[in-house]
Amino acid sequence: MREFGYQRAHDVAGAVALLAADPDARYLGGGTNLVDLMKTGVERPARLVDVRELPLDRVESTTDGGLRIGATVTNSDLAADPDVRRRYPALAQAVLAGASGQLRNMATVGGNLLQRTRCGYFTDLAAPCNKRAPGAGCSAVTGEHHNHAVLGASDHCVAVHPSDMGVALTAFDARISYESPDGPGEAPITDFYLPVSDTPHRETALPPGALITHVTLPAAPVAARSRYRKVRERASYAFAIGSVAAALTVEDGVVREARLALGAVASRPWRARAAEAVLTGAPADGASFAAAADAELAAARPLPHNGYKVTLMRNLVVSVLTELAGEDAR
Amino acid sequence: MTTTTPGPSALRGAVGTAHTRIEGRDKVTGAARYAGEIPYPELAHGWLVLSTVARGRILDVETGPILAMPGVLTVLHHGNAPRLHTDYIGMLGVPPDPTSAVFQDDRVPFAGWPVALVVAETPEVAREAAEALVVTYEREPHDTELVAGHPGAYAADGHMPAETEKGDLEARLADSAFVVDEEYTTPEEQHSMMEPHAATARWDGGRLEVVDSNQGAGWVQSELATMFSLDASAVRVRSEHIGGGFGSKGLRAHQVSAVMAATALQRPVRVVLTRRQTFSLGGYRSPTAQRVRLGADPDGRLLALEHRSLNQTSTVYEFVEPSAGVARVMYDAEAHRTANHVVRLDVPSPTWMRAPGEAPGSFAVEVALDELAARAGLDPIDLRLRNEPEVGPVSGLPFSSRNLAACLHEGARRFGWADRDPRPGVRRDGRWLLGTGTAAASFGAGAAPSTALVTAEADGSFTVRITAADIGTGARTALTLIAADALETTPDRVRVRIGDSDFGPAMIAGGSMGTRSWAWAVTAAAADLRERLAMTTGIPPEGITVRSDTTEALGALAQKERHSYGAQFAEVAVDTATGEIRVRRMLGIFAAGRIVNPLTARNQLVGGMTWGISMALHEEAVRDRNTGGHYAPDLAGYHVATHADVPDIEADWVDDHDPDDPVGIKGVGEIGIVGAAAAVANAVHHATGVRHRHLPIRPDRVVAAAGSAGGAVDA
Repeated sequence: MREFGYQRAHDVAGAVALLAADPDARYLGGGTNLVDLMKTGVERPARLVDVRELPLDRVESTTDGGLRIGATVTNSDLAADPDVRRRYPALAQAVLAGASGQLRNMATVGGNLLQRTRCGYFTDLAAPCNKRAPGAGCSAVTGEHHNHAVLGASDHCVAVHPSDMGVALTAFDARISYESPDGPGEAPITDFYLPVSDTPHRETALPPGALITHVTLPAAPVAARSRYRKVRERASYAFAIGSVAAALTVEDGVVREARLALGAVASRPWRARAAEAVLTGAPADGASFAAAADAELAAARPLPHNGYKVTLMRNLVVSVLTELAGEDAR
Repeated sequence: MTTTTPGPSALRGAVGTAHTRIEGRDKVTGAARYAGEIPYPELAHGWLVLSTVARGRILDVETGPILAMPGVLTVLHHGNAPRLHTDYIGMLGVPPDPTSAVFQDDRVPFAGWPVALVVAETPEVAREAAEALVVTYEREPHDTELVAGHPGAYAADGHMPAETEKGDLEARLADSAFVVDEEYTTPEEQHSMMEPHAATARWDGGRLEVVDSNQGAGWVQSELATMFSLDASAVRVRSEHIGGGFGSKGLRAHQVSAVMAATALQRPVRVVLTRRQTFSLGGYRSPTAQRVRLGADPDGRLLALEHRSLNQTSTVYEFVEPSAGVARVMYDAEAHRTANHVVRLDVPSPTWMRAPGEAPGSFAVEVALDELAARAGLDPIDLRLRNEPEVGPVSGLPFSSRNLAACLHEGARRFGWADRDPRPGVRRDGRWLLGTGTAAASFGAGAAPSTALVTAEADGSFTVRITAADIGTGARTALTLIAADALETTPDRVRVRIGDSDFGPAMIAGGSMGTRSWAWAVTAAAADLRERLAMTTGIPPEGITVRSDTTEALGALAQKERHSYGAQFAEVAVDTATGEIRVRRMLGIFAAGRIVNPLTARNQLVGGMTWGISMALHEEAVRDRNTGGHYAPDLAGYHVATHADVPDIEADWVDDHDPDDPVGIKGVGEIGIVGAAAAVANAVHHATGVRHRHLPIRPDRVVAAAGSAGGAVDA
């Protein structure tokens, strides 16, 4: 483990200035992922700029009925927030499905969005990995990939994004606000995460040195009836092998509005717009749900050992939508 | 019905009553110091460097730049390490694993093989330097994949004969009304004890002292003394508190490299393994490829039984995972054939891991029995009761006591087995299919020679000294209760000191034999002491000490089949759409001899059953075929059951008593895991109608099987 400097920032401008002064510095949130990566040598920053004391720890209602979530709000506080639980229940469920109580007490919203893949080759310095060492090759394509991507991957990288929270945020059109050395900026979450292409080491659209300051959720009445379900082989403390964030408004047996995002299937939380298009205006029944899942998964390109994920995701989408539609009927 | 049979020495009744751990408060307050956290002045820290190739030769170790780093003291490797004496058989009857006898040549037999130790002033500098050390290799092609029918497989004995055979198997199979012929596999499994290996070595007045985390201080002491060609009296090993062992904590690379460095530097050196390093240096349970053939008459009585098991071992050390030993105890048949085979691959050396042989072997046999019951239309418990042998199926020896039937009856009663609808795939709770399953279990009950010192102190209290190890089992507390009864006093007047090789030879904490072996020695010494005290008028200030040695008494024991037994029951919920399996409840009823401390015994049994859930559903160390090394070797990549996976487990016992043991003990360390994975797998079949024969029963396997389903299928 490389020796590193540590500094605590007290305001956003100061934090950004500290990072701009040192290209080898990293922001430190809860440290639940970064510190692990530093121990294994995947990350070797010369300096950490601790942002936990920045005044970004509030969840506030916006005038249009949405929410503005500070980047240093802990995962625990986010999941416990009454507005989140009432207006975006799938977001609270997603956060609570992640990690452990202790980790959620430490982990921040900004850090959660920027956490790195848990691909075992990414964390193994002896293994080639294009995400860690561009151009080195991908060990997973011909190696172990039971839990790797089936959507949007490339020959250069098949790793999946590990966040649960990000899947719900993706379903609800979250916008990511940041402060960079060149001033503030904002990106919808679907543009925030970059396609894999041949640059898997470039994961987000954040400019160099930028600090996430807020996540904004636009008003979304549909989200009040939403659900997050996460599949994993053990009941707790494991990353998803597949997850779904879904919201559904049904009137007279017809889907008026649907939101759907998939987790653990791609390098980023996967917004299922093809499925949403099939659902909108369709009867709220099993046939529509299956057709919607099939429409989204038609683009799936499984590897030799993760083809089950296509079946699993189809089943999961149908199951979650059926549950939501059932709730709606009551 | 926590009952115990009073044994001959149960005069005061401390044995059989619940006692919290004597050192429990120290452990939860942090006062108990573990091997890696005891401070020493001038302590230096060693960090092991492991090979990144799976087979080959070390061409160069570039020590120059590392030695130039501030704080680095030395780098040990095959080019400068002292030669060790490794041509011996240790106290457990096996030679040392060359993985532990570090830095003796330039061969690399597997990925994760120790190639160097970097020693520095701080662990941080040692780690940074170790990770910067450049080692170049000549790489050779590797074979790391265990497959049934591997051409390199051969029969191997280990601790039991490789093969047993009686009767005409093919003929009896042909005569059978019902036949099962299936293959089963279990994956590589890791011990995953909470505390990784840690040792501190130092020279103190011409004596080598090692503070370590191990399962037998005397065991490690004797191995170190032999390996370093030292007089036994010149080596002392202490191991006061141990955060779990499960078979992994014997002589390992950390102690040997720490002794080398302490000798070279003439200052104390500590070596602690990381979790990742334990995957290749700490031993593991080999994967197994097993085949079971059963043939039964129309009443379900076995006519033919064959169990063959293949496991992997390293190219430098032979370890047999004796899975095929299960049926030699559990089930008889006119034609009976069992065989343990191994194949040498370019993989780390496996070792004992909780219920070696029985854990994977019982999975195959007890699932096969369930399959036979289904084919014969018999209740699985009935089938087992119909096949209870009178004598050892292979040995022909009598059983010391065999209370399997009592376990099955009592378990069935308490689990509500009589109400069970045998049809698979018909119970539903929302998206979950529900099912129940059962399996039988046995594990050897033995004792090994041990010595103990018991002192009557002048103040009327007693001190017991024995080289026992409390690896989390509660051994220290159990021995206190046993000594109190044997000395006809109360536990608060007995001080038990363990984990110090200076206390003399004793059995290790292993093979479910620790408590029984040590209790025997303590009981014998206590009896002698009481005789001495009866003839004495006063106790001198230094006390009166007697020493026992059970070698002779154990040698005089009649040959019998001596085992613990158990019946496991599980209820599971399966969502075949997502592949999720959750265990809803579990019950284990055991016949494990006299229970010394119900509190810690239950803890052992529930721990074993929990591990069975883990084995059935979660645990699997994955190896990358291309590199031959582990994929994601840490507790994020290697999953064990969490609290949320273990909702309701009950363990209890029936009256049982080993008539030939002075306290009536059999041992509870391993029986809890035996059969547990099979009970879960059988419940999954009952829930879904799909038979899973490959562990763990992962979601992808469940989803794939359901995708091809439509009635009873196999996965």
